[in-house]
Amino acid sequence: MGAFDFEVIERSLRYLFFDGMAFTLKLTAMAALGGIFFGTLLAMMRLSSHKWLSRPATAYVNLMRSVPLLLVIFWFYFLVPFIGGWITGSGRPIQVGGFASSVITFIMFEAAYYSEIMRAGIQSIPRGQVWAGYALGLDYWQSMGNIVLPQAFRNMLPILLTQTIILFQDTSLVYVLSITDFLGAASKIAQRDGRLVEMYTFAALVYFVVSIALSYCVKRLQRRIAIVR
Amino acid sequence: MNYHWNWGIFFDLSENGRDTWLALLFHGLGWTLLTALCAGIIALVVGSVVGVVRTTPNRWAVRIGNGYVEIFRNIPLLVQLFLWYFVFPEVIPKGMGDAIKAMHPPWASFVPAVIGLGLFTSARVAEQVRAGIQSLPRGQSMAGTALGLTLPQTYRYVLLPMAYRIILPPMTSEVMNLIKNTSVALTIGLIELTAAARSMQEFTFQVFEAFTAATVIYIVVNLVVVTIMRWVERRVSVPGFIGPAVAGGGH
Repeated sequence: MGAFDFEVIERSLRYLFFDGMAFTLKLTAMAALGGIFFGTLLAMMRLSSHKWLSRPATAYVNLMRSVPLLLVIFWFYFLVPFIGGWITGSGRPIQVGGFASSVITFIMFEAAYYSEIMRAGIQSIPRGQVWAGYALGLDYWQSMGNIVLPQAFRNMLPILLTQTIILFQDTSLVYVLSITDFLGAASKIAQRDGRLVEMYTFAALVYFVVSIALSYCVKRLQRRIAIVR
Repeated sequence: MNYHWNWGIFFDLSENGRDTWLALLFHGLGWTLLTALCAGIIALVVGSVVGVVRTTPNRWAVRIGNGYVEIFRNIPLLVQLFLWYFVFPEVIPKGMGDAIKAMHPPWASFVPAVIGLGLFTSARVAEQVRAGIQSLPRGQSMAGTALGLTLPQTYRYVLLPMAYRIILPPMTSEVMNLIKNTSVALTIGLIELTAAARSMQEFTFQVFEAFTAATVIYIVVNLVVVTIMRWVERRVSVPGFIGPAVAGGGH
């Protein structure tokens, strides 16, 4: 192996960012939005007084949190085609692409983690506010949607975003499905050109810069949106 | 659905012709636990040092400690393992690099996995240790100084004994994270539990049996870890101070 070769990085920049990073960011964004949506629903279920709502939600969250993400990725990779076949009634596993499979995996996995954050957020709102809502004649969804959740989101926004930065790093694990995310793209070029040192160092640098820039933004946001009590 | 369940598969001979699939899964579990244990020791030692350094009055030491944590927290674990496995042997002097590359199969993956996981986790431990020390009232270190203790003595006899007890609950989840994170080492060829389940799935096509078994094993390991850590928390709790959610209402 010769000296550090910057040229191989330069040549592949287009592929790395327009194919690889585009996929990574798309997956991160969709998983974050879906994860926060289902996570909020899960949190509301867990805090419900109906046992048949809170118990399954608790079990789901605990299950997801005690299994490695890689195993979950493998699970869904094989499970989604079967479930798809069952839903469409075709009796055969259907074809699911790598992208769809990984989006579903990350939404379902991250929902468990986001739900813990949202649960803390909902619990941080004083009980009296919900009762005040009921006293005004609002129903559950109205008081949740108009009183509790807006404040819970605002209080938890920095933590939700920090979790999203972790999610951004975790998406690199789709590598095991041979998908061309940012790391997958770097790895393909590294192996084709025999330039492992350059490509993996560059990949680490890019992940580092993006993550640290995002966490700097989160810190600034945290100071700006903090509610002075 | 045309999936053929076959739970007896675990007692069939595996592709190596000697062991059953079940034995192979437990073999994988052994590697998972051994990797987590070795990486955990590195993480605890390095993480404690870095965490302590970040609370010292020396501003430059704090900066270096913070930089260390930022580096290991902002690069994905998978990329870090690739750096240790593919890049590290190339950038160190050639003789040492060749010696690393000449290691025999399980060790060639095991050593980089332990180093990578250990340092990755050490940054998280450092964060906990720092938070634990800073959660103590400032008067404690002042009292140490007033008693004539040196800075190392203050840490050894005043701050750390309480800080470690305070951070035991978050450390429990770090232990579980570490055990789960060992699965990432399958990407550099370590046949730990997830990899064992994956190879069982590839050879037998019994996808869901293999993954169910791995899932159940991970859950059991989690429960065991939580139980052990709860026991440790109770053992080391100082009466009258922090403890496991006040067993029995205190004194």
